[in-house]
Amino acid sequence: MTTVQERETIAMQFAEKMNEDELLNCMRCGFCLPHCPTYIESGLKESHSPRGRIALMKAVADGVIEPDEDVERSLSLCLGCRACEPVCPSGVKYGHLLEEARDIIHQNKKHSYPVRTIRKAVFSGLFPHQERMQAMTSLLGFYQRSGLQYMARKTGVLNLLPDNLATMEKVLPKVPKKSEMKNRPTDLPAIGTPLKKVAFFSGCLMDTMFLETNKATLKLLQLAGCAIVIPKSQACCGALHGHSGEKAGAKQLAKRNIEAFEAEDVDYIITNAGGCGAFLIDYDHLLQGEREWHDRAIAFKNKMKDISQILVDLRFQEKVRLKLPAQSVTFQDSCHLRNVMNTSLAPRILLQSIEGIDFREMKDADRCCGSAGIYNIVESEMSMNILDSKMEHTKSTQADIVVTANPGCLLQMQLGIERENLGECTKAVHIADLLIKAVAL
Amino acid sequence: MLTKQVKQLLLTIVGQGNYDDSKVECLVYSYDATPGFQAMPDAVIKPGCTAEVAAIVKVCNEYNVPIVPRGSGTNLSGGTCPTEGGLVLLFNRMNSLLEIDEENLTATVQPGLITLDLISAVEEKGVFYPPDPSSMKISTIGGNINENSGGLRGLKYGVTRDYVIGLEVVLPNGDIIRTGGKLAKDVAGYDLTKLFVGSEGTLGIVTEATLKLIPMPETTKTMLALYQDLDAAAQSVAKIISNKIIPVTLEFLDRPTLIVVEDFAKIGMPTNVEAVLLIEQDGPPEVVERDMKRMADICLEEKAVSVEIAETESAAVALKTARRTALSALARLKPTTILEDATVPRSEIAKMVRAINEIADKHNVDICTFGHAGDGNLHPTCITDARDHEEMERVELAFADIFAVAIELGGTITGEHGVGAMKAPYLEWKLKKEGMDAMRAIKQAFDPNNIMNPGKVFAKETRKRVVVSS
Repeated sequence: MTTVQERETIAMQFAEKMNEDELLNCMRCGFCLPHCPTYIESGLKESHSPRGRIALMKAVADGVIEPDEDVERSLSLCLGCRACEPVCPSGVKYGHLLEEARDIIHQNKKHSYPVRTIRKAVFSGLFPHQERMQAMTSLLGFYQRSGLQYMARKTGVLNLLPDNLATMEKVLPKVPKKSEMKNRPTDLPAIGTPLKKVAFFSGCLMDTMFLETNKATLKLLQLAGCAIVIPKSQACCGALHGHSGEKAGAKQLAKRNIEAFEAEDVDYIITNAGGCGAFLIDYDHLLQGEREWHDRAIAFKNKMKDISQILVDLRFQEKVRLKLPAQSVTFQDSCHLRNVMNTSLAPRILLQSIEGIDFREMKDADRCCGSAGIYNIVESEMSMNILDSKMEHTKSTQADIVVTANPGCLLQMQLGIERENLGECTKAVHIADLLIKAVAL
Repeated sequence: MLTKQVKQLLLTIVGQGNYDDSKVECLVYSYDATPGFQAMPDAVIKPGCTAEVAAIVKVCNEYNVPIVPRGSGTNLSGGTCPTEGGLVLLFNRMNSLLEIDEENLTATVQPGLITLDLISAVEEKGVFYPPDPSSMKISTIGGNINENSGGLRGLKYGVTRDYVIGLEVVLPNGDIIRTGGKLAKDVAGYDLTKLFVGSEGTLGIVTEATLKLIPMPETTKTMLALYQDLDAAAQSVAKIISNKIIPVTLEFLDRPTLIVVEDFAKIGMPTNVEAVLLIEQDGPPEVVERDMKRMADICLEEKAVSVEIAETESAAVALKTARRTALSALARLKPTTILEDATVPRSEIAKMVRAINEIADKHNVDICTFGHAGDGNLHPTCITDARDHEEMERVELAFADIFAVAIELGGTITGEHGVGAMKAPYLEWKLKKEGMDAMRAIKQAFDPNNIMNPGKVFAKETRKRVVVSS
């Protein structure tokens, strides 16, 4: 609930802070509509489309309507997948508008006590601190290894959780031990002729829950001829903050990362999580208006590359023989990798270079799977509807493996597989994990 | 505001969940793709069948509530902007492809069906539905019928009207009529089918349509002719037609348009020439081959700097897809893009292109031009900023001049986008008073209470005709 006073402040800040040129740049042609997952899943409701949301933001800024619950509902139901951006002929930066609008709403709204506590714990207490992320993940590891997980599943305690949360518990990866997470060299040499020097953005989830994938990524980079440095002082990318209306927190993290990476003299900064990459590559927007930081953010941004892109750029797939036992594979795009980092061809090139693989393009592979950060938890109904459509297309490929390029997508696809009881015949994997298996060492 | 009583009656018809009068729902149906038009409806309603539409219309007719039928809101004439409030009527629940009849070569559809979904479905069966408005991925068949939409293939295949052979319509008094049918011939009475096509929702509500399909052409070839001279490009268009070749597509894009389209699509469109013609022909391979060669020769004779044939089907599709984004891509230059679709006899296209440029200079406004040159249907588009009131006045004067020149050349104020609210003040220039009276008589006969999309087609006041010295 928002109070009258809160609404007034929000409306005033919309008028002051929302980029009027960008709002006007939307000429309402509707070319975004067929690409918006929430527009489609809501039965073509304009209020759940990018064109509708921009119209609402503009109407609030113009004082035509109040920022009531329905406005907030429309904005919070957006996945932020940004599929509307590459298809927008006018080039409207929808993601930036959405982030600004969410920030204004959340900063001026008094959340209920439990929501406030959770937001504070997550945004200030957990994600900015990698050692706490490790501790948290270790806790999960303890749960998985100690027999607690077995007990929890056996006793049916999990049935008390909402349906998708209980399923999600099942699909979480086996997490590494704390000692593994802590002990890793910060410099790795290229294998063979060194071609490029890169810095690796390890990511908070990727470096804890998905540590194996990070290891695979590093190995692939080495094999492709990259000398790697992993800056110790790097932090969470801040995407979670940015997408949830915690812009100040996101800015702090951005500055820490820019400092950490500019200290290293590298050709590229590499990520293996589309969600992080898209946020990192947008740092210049996040820090615009801060003169001292903006140029540094641009230098940072210009070095960003996804793992699949640099592998293709360095012609890894031509130099290293990739081979797997015969199996069929499909690829689910990471929205942010595709729509923001503009990388969609590279993963497909790599997959199709693996001998033994029958690559099958999935219908609407470029449509969001419904993971979208914490969207699948906070907007679980819409998320599960979107996932159900996604699984229909997945099933019709009859692929043995669903390859993804982002941890959120990976978990969501695993959740989908579990929900459909396909666990016996279908697996979801990160592209780095599949590629490393295919490397004939 | 609707009275409690009206709201209750409407709720009884469609049920909760299909009627919404919240601020947010009203706001998101307060506009279409036309710049400068926005007005709040009183409520939004989603009927599920023809009987519900009829019941809604009866209530509205009794209580004098305006009804604006709306597809996807992509029209460019302010046609679905609820300028007088009332109900916006959506077809989200009436969007089925009811039948493809391969024996009679017809498709029967509900109005909410997306145009491209129809095209894809019939093409799977080897038949062809030619009307392809640039918004076909978003637009609905109902919207196309009400606006009589054209498209890139209009030159050879005509527009939506040429493919609508039967309709089910709810009249403003609530009566349900069926016109035409799966018939190749039908002269039983007035041709009401064609009357409703392009009537912009002012005469009744189309609830079902029977569409004519034709066999798929065997092959298609696409090419670009590049020019350093606008005039030469326009001359080529006239010469192709006068040489008795009718290609599927004969599109014109000027340099500013090419630059923004390439900026968006990144498919290697030339941006260092003054204009291009996008030309496509279909049919039996030998005919396509012959026509393409003849058209290429004509273009080169008319000083095209080069002619490039698309090597693959995907390259051809990319060119056409890019062309369809032209209007929206122009918004990259400035926030407001106002486009017109004045149309002239094809022999006059070069004169029209020249006149547009002179008018732009005269009023000191930026006009980019693209469009269906082969149809004589150009889309001069003014790129401006709605916040600059002084410039907006000049833009309006420039468009008035363009309309006047088009009419002088034997043309019309709109070739395919419709009159709507935007061009209503100019309609009398084209139809004269007598023509307007005849149309008013028709409107009065169908909709005496003026509940059907009021404020469209018929303006409260005709704009004063400016005298153009040409």
